[in-house]
Amino acid sequence: MIELLINMVLLTLLAIITLVIIRVRNLFAVVVLFSAYSFLMATVMLVLDAPDVAMTEAAVGAGVSTIVALSALYLTRAEEAPFRLGLMVPLFVCVGVGAALVWGTLGLPAFGVAEQPLHEHVGGAYLERAYDETHTPNVVTAVLASYRGFDTLGEVTVVFTAGIGVLLLLGRFGRGGRRGN
Amino acid sequence: MRLDTILRVCSKIFIPFILVFGFYVLFHGHYGPGGGFQAGVIAAAAIILYAIVFGLAECRRVVPPAVVEAMVPLGVLIFAAVGVWAMMNGGAFLDYDYLFMHDGLPDRVEGQYWGILFVEVGVFVSVAGTMVALFYAFAGRGLT
Repeated sequence: MIELLINMVLLTLLAIITLVIIRVRNLFAVVVLFSAYSFLMATVMLVLDAPDVAMTEAAVGAGVSTIVALSALYLTRAEEAPFRLGLMVPLFVCVGVGAALVWGTLGLPAFGVAEQPLHEHVGGAYLERAYDETHTPNVVTAVLASYRGFDTLGEVTVVFTAGIGVLLLLGRFGRGGRRGN
Repeated sequence: MRLDTILRVCSKIFIPFILVFGFYVLFHGHYGPGGGFQAGVIAAAAIILYAIVFGLAECRRVVPPAVVEAMVPLGVLIFAAVGVWAMMNGGAFLDYDYLFMHDGLPDRVEGQYWGILFVEVGVFVSVAGTMVALFYAFAGRGLT
């Protein structure tokens, strides 16, 4: 009961922040609001018993991406350009995508049901075997690093590739860069 | 830079704790929430806080950009090296069962335990390096 109440308060706050983000034209305020949104989202994850995801969301979403957005804002103007096109096409896209998403949720299993396919495939096997095979009480760590080590290696490679790509784009190594060593 | 005494003193107190918490998240990932990725971001956040409060030039002196940029590929290499290490002992790529051999037989539990830790260290190095390198790249453009 109390958990339901907390969830409703958090989701209401998320909706309010989303509406404010749409209305506000000052990009500095938008970045700060996105950070608040990420913190609320991290709290939602915590309420859903996913502390690993909550920690990532708080550290990446609310922390580092806010810093990077603020640094990018420092290089550009802090005011969003006024919207010039008509409202009909964006409205159509928003309503269409929103309706498709709502339609998609109709096919999802009910919230928290134990018999959903996600829990019936390999999840149970991981929970049963992880401690005996890896002596790692946190099954999330065991799955991420051991059972799905290839995935995680791929993810690190993605972080590496993205980092190198941004560094190249920002002219750190470029000939024509403003600060090419 | 002169009027922010509280900010500077608080940061000086907090940064060691943030770094230690980052390492705690890394090495305690077997037991509690977190792992290399979260730990890398937390450690990077401590360094970025240092740069914001004490200036980019000072931070570049403490954590040189060359080191940070070397960390980005180093983490991937650590991760892949663990995989090759398992292969050299006769296992498949990233099969931690084969990391440690006792009398010609793989010590599975020991291998899994340490394999996960080594791999998380690789993730930590790569993620922390990438985050700080991105911050340096963005912040450095604003200054010149």
